[in-house]
Amino acid sequence: MVGLHKSEFKNPVINWVDTRLPLFTMMTKEYGVFPTPKNFNYFWNFGALAMINLMIMIVTGIFLAMNYNASTAGAFDSVERIVRDVNYGWLLRYVHANGASMFFIVVYIHMFRGLYYGSYKKPRELLWMIGVVILLLMMATAFMGYVLPWGQMSYWGATVITNLFSAIPVVGDYIVTLLWGGFSVDNPTLNRFFSLHYLMPFVITGVVFLHVVALHITGSNNPLGIEPKSSQDTLPFHPYYTIKDSVGMCVYLMVFAALVFFAPDYLGHADNYTPANPLVTPAHIVPEWYFLPFYAILRSVPSKLGGVIMMFGSIAILFVLPWLDTSPVRSAKFRPIYRQLLYVFVVVCITLGVAGGKPPEGIWVVIGRVCTAYYFLHFLVILPLLGKLEKPLPLPESIANPVLTPIGGGPLPGGAMAKPMEKM
Amino acid sequence: MSLNRFTLFGTLLGAAIGLGSVTPVLAAEVELPHQNWSFEGPFGTYDKASAQRGFLVYQQVCSNCHSMKQAYYRNLAGIGLSDEQIKAIAAQVDVPTIGDDGQPTTRKGLPSDHFKAPYPNEKAARAAQGGALPPDQSVLIKAREGGPDYIYALLTGYSEPPAGVKMGEGMNYNKVMAGNQIAMAAPLSDGRVEYTDGTKPTLEQEARDVTTFLAYIANPEMEQRKRLGVRVMLFLAALTCVTYAVKRQIWSDVHH
Repeated sequence: MVGLHKSEFKNPVINWVDTRLPLFTMMTKEYGVFPTPKNFNYFWNFGALAMINLMIMIVTGIFLAMNYNASTAGAFDSVERIVRDVNYGWLLRYVHANGASMFFIVVYIHMFRGLYYGSYKKPRELLWMIGVVILLLMMATAFMGYVLPWGQMSYWGATVITNLFSAIPVVGDYIVTLLWGGFSVDNPTLNRFFSLHYLMPFVITGVVFLHVVALHITGSNNPLGIEPKSSQDTLPFHPYYTIKDSVGMCVYLMVFAALVFFAPDYLGHADNYTPANPLVTPAHIVPEWYFLPFYAILRSVPSKLGGVIMMFGSIAILFVLPWLDTSPVRSAKFRPIYRQLLYVFVVVCITLGVAGGKPPEGIWVVIGRVCTAYYFLHFLVILPLLGKLEKPLPLPESIANPVLTPIGGGPLPGGAMAKPMEKM
Repeated sequence: MSLNRFTLFGTLLGAAIGLGSVTPVLAAEVELPHQNWSFEGPFGTYDKASAQRGFLVYQQVCSNCHSMKQAYYRNLAGIGLSDEQIKAIAAQVDVPTIGDDGQPTTRKGLPSDHFKAPYPNEKAARAAQGGALPPDQSVLIKAREGGPDYIYALLTGYSEPPAGVKMGEGMNYNKVMAGNQIAMAAPLSDGRVEYTDGTKPTLEQEARDVTTFLAYIANPEMEQRKRLGVRVMLFLAALTCVTYAVKRQIWSDVHH
């Protein structure tokens, strides 16, 4: 591998650089001519959207940090100062705050896409697992970010969540003291959360890079869940998918802008506009909406340690999903029973979210417990059994020839199919 | 098939956003009657006459007990007061400073000063208010579920306690306040404030005006935000159409 790269670029400057560091060749290979299945639907936009969202968060976050004061005495006022006095500070802050919600919306849809089309199955297990790592990092980052404005929900959310670690036997209390930097959530806690909140997005960026590398080794899955067989099945990434992702990006930005400009506090909680007060506990402590399903799972278990284990288990279980789902068929398109049960699973997750937002009393406790049980049942019982019991529909021969194999197989007349390749 | 996918996408997105609206139900125990506010909706702006009357209510009533420390006197320009008026209003307060001789003294307030708080600190406020702390009003509208509807309902929600309800010492009955007991005595009443523009100062009018003023103080950027938002949405709508047309063009030779 040692030696200069033989660059094919004509421009002498680009050629000079590319010969010594073949970045241009790499970009062309991975994002220019990269062979991509031709049958993506708009669900395949969400990976690119998540990438855009990450960049928006980092850029707005850097500018917010220039004006933020990470101290219990100054944090709340400095956030208000950003909104009132910093030029377009309100825009920075509302983009960043709603950007967190948009990030989770995008990533949850991205994950649903993976579940629906079996994108976690061989050979993409590691790609999926790296994705779960990104999800965990995102959750930690979002949680610490929510603490920074130092409102009532910031303070009490931080107290509740950090206290979870005290459930760990023997070392739990020491871990909590370490997290706090003292004996309660206080100034040292805020300082370290700010430091880590600034660090984590760059860790996420690194893991996202691994996610993309792994994706470009296996290639993308597609709505049919069958591997591309020939160049007839694929299109170069550019311009076909750069333009299709751009369409998705425009729609995504419209949803984002509608929140930022017309309902910036809609997804937030009113209590966080009251400065943190350790002496007054809010009537109901609730996390941000994207954590509510996990919060419901936590509260569904009567024991503290049990609840913590179940809550982390609900995400940890995603790591082994590629081995829990025993069906050889990827796409739910050809798995009629799985498809129905996946919709049930989505409804269960949304119900968990609703239950997580309600006070834990009466019927909501029961609903929370039933849905928690079903959540784990789906992964631990339904998926392993269904793979064995379900009879999948016949798979198409190839992406370009989506005729079902047993009936009327054979290649189509070649002319029409060959045409897109001329563009390369 | 593709229609199905879009429906599903929409449902998921709707559900995801809908969750946010589920949470706020928590704290509101009383139905808050919805009022029509001038600042609602994507094109809403502040009714400046109402906000100016609301400032009078703030000045003559609220500011005796409540601080509004995030706001500046210069913010009053946003409700239509002139520079001269703002200077005169700011000059009515004395701001502590250090004199040329190095000794503590006071100077006249300036438009760039924060609104002066009625008490030097929380303890002083509690001592003067029988132990209760009047909350800061800078973002009060945003700090309560229901926002302006809540503030309006609270200000107009006072009455004699119903028979059998035992009130704490110095507490007042209010149907909107959580627990129905509030330390603040009914601050507004018919004729409580003298309006200079001929508007009749009824309880409802005063409550509506001061709520509009507080909404402005909590969101001084709102009019600029919505104006920019409308332009951004129009631009994005056009960009979406163009991008989609280009996409159709590029994909026109791909057969599915």
